[in-house]
Amino acid sequence: MAQNIASHHEAEANDRVLFGFWIYLMTDLLMFAVLFATYAVLRDSTAGGPSDRELFRLPLAFTGTLLLLTSSFTCGIGMIAARQYKKFQTLLWFGITFLLGLAFLTLEVVEFRELIHEGHTWQSSAWLSSFFSLVGTHGLHIISGLLWMAVCMVFIVKRGLNSSMIRKLTLLSLFWHFLDIVWIFIFTIVYLMAFV
Amino acid sequence: MSSEPHNTSTHTEAERGTLGSYVVGFILSLLFTVIPYYLVTKKTLSGQALLITIIGFAVLQLIIQMVFFLHLGREPKPRWNLLFFVSTLGIILIVVLGSLWIMTHLNYNISPLEMNNELIKDEGIYRE
Repeated sequence: MAQNIASHHEAEANDRVLFGFWIYLMTDLLMFAVLFATYAVLRDSTAGGPSDRELFRLPLAFTGTLLLLTSSFTCGIGMIAARQYKKFQTLLWFGITFLLGLAFLTLEVVEFRELIHEGHTWQSSAWLSSFFSLVGTHGLHIISGLLWMAVCMVFIVKRGLNSSMIRKLTLLSLFWHFLDIVWIFIFTIVYLMAFV
Repeated sequence: MSSEPHNTSTHTEAERGTLGSYVVGFILSLLFTVIPYYLVTKKTLSGQALLITIIGFAVLQLIIQMVFFLHLGREPKPRWNLLFFVSTLGIILIVVLGSLWIMTHLNYNISPLEMNNELIKDEGIYRE
C-alpha cells in the first residue's frame, strides 16, 4: 500500500474526530435514556385525564417511523456517493433525506398541535409533561440535524466535495442514523406499548 | 491533498458499508417495524407476550441499525467505539430498570390514602 505520510496523518485525525463525535452521541443517548426512564415511570400518572391509548393515533406515528427509516437509508446512499466524489448524486440523496426529515417533523408538529388544541398540553399531567419532553427533545434534535444538513448542502454547492467536507458529512450521517435509532425506541415504548 | 477519487483502502471499505449492505439493512429495518405494528393493530397476541415481542423487535432493530448503518464492530481493533457503546448500554440499563424498580415499589408501598394524608399534612393540598 502506497500511503504517504500526509494522508496517514489525515486518517489518524479523522479517527480522533469520529471517536470524539461517537462519545458525544453516547452521552446524548444517556440523556434520552433518562427521559425514557421518566416516561416509563410516569406513564400512568394521567391526573384523571385521558390515557395514551385514547390520545395517540398509531397510523400517524407509523407513517413518521417509515419516513425516518427511509431518510436514514437515503442518507447512507448519499454517503456512498460523497465518498466517490459524485457531487450531483450526493446533493440529490441528501436533498431527499432532508425532505423526508422535514415531512417527519411536519407530522410531529401536526400531532403536537392537535393535542394542544384539544387541551392536552404539557401542563395537563405528569405523563403529558414527560411525553412532550421526550418526543420534543427528539424533535429538537431533528431540527438541528436538518439545519446542519442544509448548511452542508450549501457548502457542497459552493465549494464542492473535498476530504474535510466528507468528514463533516460522515458525522452528520452518524447523527442522523442515531436519531433514527432513538425514534425506533420512542415508537416502540411510547406509541406501540400504549396499545398493548 | 488526497482529493483523488480512488484512495480507499480495503479495510475502510468494510468499515463504511456498501450499497448492498445499506439495502439489506433498510429492508430488515422496515420488516422489524412493520411486523410489530401489524401485531399491535391486529391484536394477534395479547398482554405480556405482545409486550415482550415488540420489545424484542425493537432490540433487533437496534442491532440492525448499529451493524448496517453505523457499522459498529467493523472498525479496526482496538474497538473503542464498540466498547464505549456497550458501557453506555450498561449505564442505560441501570438507570432505566433501576428507576422503574424503585418507583413501582414506592407506588406499591404507599397507598393512595396514605399519600393524600401526607399531602394534606405537609402542604395543605386537599383532594377528594
